[in-house]
Parts: sequence; C-alpha cells; structure tokens
Amino acid sequence: MTETLSALGAELKNRYGFSDIHEQRKDVAFVFAEPGNVPDALAWLRDHRGYLHLSFITCVDRIEEDELELVYMLRSHEARHDLAVKCRLERKNPVMQTMHGHWAAVATYERELRENFGIQFPGCPRVEENFVLEGWDNLPPMRRDFDTRKYSEETYYPRPGRSTSDPADHMKKTQYPGRADL
Amino acid sequence: MSTKEKQTLPNLDLPASDRGYFCDARPEVVEPVKGIWENFLNWARANSLWILGFGTGCGAIELRPLMTSRFDMYRFGVQPRPTPRQSGLFIIGGYASVKTMKRIVRSYEQMQGPKFVLGLGSCTVNGGMYWDSYNTINRLDHYIPVDVYIAGCMPRPEALLAGIKTLQERIMAGEAEGQNEYARNFDWYKANQKKIIKDWNMPDYNW
Repeated sequence: MTETLSALGAELKNRYGFSDIHEQRKDVAFVFAEPGNVPDALAWLRDHRGYLHLSFITCVDRIEEDELELVYMLRSHEARHDLAVKCRLERKNPVMQTMHGHWAAVATYERELRENFGIQFPGCPRVEENFVLEGWDNLPPMRRDFDTRKYSEETYYPRPGRSTSDPADHMKKTQYPGRADL
Repeated sequence: MSTKEKQTLPNLDLPASDRGYFCDARPEVVEPVKGIWENFLNWARANSLWILGFGTGCGAIELRPLMTSRFDMYRFGVQPRPTPRQSGLFIIGGYASVKTMKRIVRSYEQMQGPKFVLGLGSCTVNGGMYWDSYNTINRLDHYIPVDVYIAGCMPRPEALLAGIKTLQERIMAGEAEGQNEYARNFDWYKANQKKIIKDWNMPDYNW
C-alpha cells in the first residue's frame, strides 16, 4: 500500500469513523462506512482529495447477513485511482440519504436502486417515477429471494419443447460417450 | 358480424373524464375479396413492404445493413418509414421487455392495414437467451399476431432477406392474415397484453 493511500485511510478513519482501507489492486481500494457518515465523507473526498468522479452506485444483496450493501465507486482522475465506499443497510426497510446534491446524476442511480432493490431515498428528485419496470407489483426483482424463473414461467407463457444444450453435457454425450468418470 | 360491430370497448383504464377523447371501436375483420382482384392486391402488397422504423431490441442493428448497397432491400420494394401510419411491416427486433411491449402494441394498432409482423431472432420465438427473465416476454404471438419468424441469435441480413421473401410468398398466397386474426381474437390478445402491462393508461384499441 502506498503512503498516500494509507494516509487517506487513516484520515477517513479519524474524520468519519471508516474501517481500515483495503487495497484490492494497485488502482482500486475498498473502505467500509456507517451509512450516516457516507454523504459527508463523499463530499470531503470530492472537494479535498480529488475524487471528483462518481463512476457508479450499485447494491449487493447480502441475504445471508440480512443486509443490503451499497457501493459508491469514486474515481480520481488525477491519481488514477478508484475508491469504493461501502455501507450496509437493513434488508427489511432500507432507507439511505440521497446524494443527488453531490452529483446530479445520482438521482438516476437512486431511482433505479429503488426500483430494483427497494431502497428508499427520501428527497431524491423523481425517485418515485418508474425507471424500467412500469407498474411492477412484486418483490424488487434484483433481490435474491425473488425467483425470476418462476415469475417468468407464471407470467410469460413459456413455449413448450424448449431444450437446452449445456456445453458440459453436450461434450459428454458427443465426445466421450460411456465415460462414467466425467 | 353485425352484433360484434355494434359492441364498443369500455376503456376502463382511462380516467372517466378522458374517455370521450378516445375512440371505443373494436378492430374489424376485413374479408379478402376473392379472385383475380385480390391476387393483384396481394401482389402489390407483397412488393411494397414498408418497415416501421422502430428498433425494438438488439436485432434492430441488422436492419441497418439492409439499406446499404450490399444487401439493398429496396430491390424488393422494402423501405423504412418514420411513422406507424405509413408502414405496413413491423419487424420486432429480438427481445421485447414489458415496457417496450406496451409501445409495440400501441404502434402495431396504429399501423394501417394491411399490416404484417416479422419476428426477428430467437427471443421472439421462445424468449431466446432471456427466457427466464422477469422483464422480457417469451412468445410474441401471444401479444400480437406474427406472420413469419426468423430464428437465430442474431440472424444475419441474408436471413432477414429470406424472411422477407417468405413473407412476400405468404402474402401472395393470401396466407398473411395476421391483422384479421388480431381482430377475430381481439379479446384474447387484449387479455394477454393486459396481464403483463399493468399500468395500462391508454385506450383498449389505439388507432
């Protein structure tokens, strides 16, 4: 880990109570935070540490721990470095502060996250409007307990007679017939 | 027929104040005239297929090369048109999400007859690689009538031209009756459409 990165990690820890910074690659680092500290920390990183660009916001459904993990991926073009700020929300009723004041484009990400993961972002402009799913009335589809195949079979009239050719099965049948050890 | 023609559509999903602005007529079956006149009409229809310029999926990318001199769709009388009112052929270019399906239904109903539908790619046949997706339909022919399918992922422009040739043969043989099929089974199609398009905020038949 470079000195600048460990210094940044220490400062984030001091100021905003972040976890230890984890260097995944030379140009990518991860750091965990409490959800309440994230907006201030992102503003500080943007204004004082050169992480001007928000590459994306995404969410990971940690169903085993009953939590949703939000990932804010920041980019410093000057340092050529990516920093991912992660925070965990309760899975049952996830609410996160909106960040659209920091970057205007965030509003679209948050609108999409509300639709696909059911995370609420109070105060975000147009967040209640449909993004892709119009009139969706089921579980948010990117949650891992949503069974997309079952939903598709119940809703979209699957055509009978569909066959799949899994490459592994196909090779066993055509190239190595009678080989039980494969 | 006479009882059916008098039936009107309720347009229940429109606000009551707006219902007066929209037509409530059902689509009507246009019986083909028998004999040599119909043959002539079918010959004319088959040789002036105008495509609706609505790229509804990744397959729309295969329509572009058709315009170029290499494939040259104009020699078959095929050309793109900018609006449903001027086009007679709707090419569904692959997967159709529910959001797109709403626009497809709307555009299809706005096209003036005689109109034909060409399902391009495996996704229109059985869902293709998106068969288990929560947001893409599996069988296009449950929502709008399809005259010719072109299987493949993606079919090349040559396959598309072959599909257009097949469609022309079907039209000349008087078999491309999708529009009448739609009018006869309108309630079935409409029920299927409304099952997936849950925010139906348009008239039941948009023409």
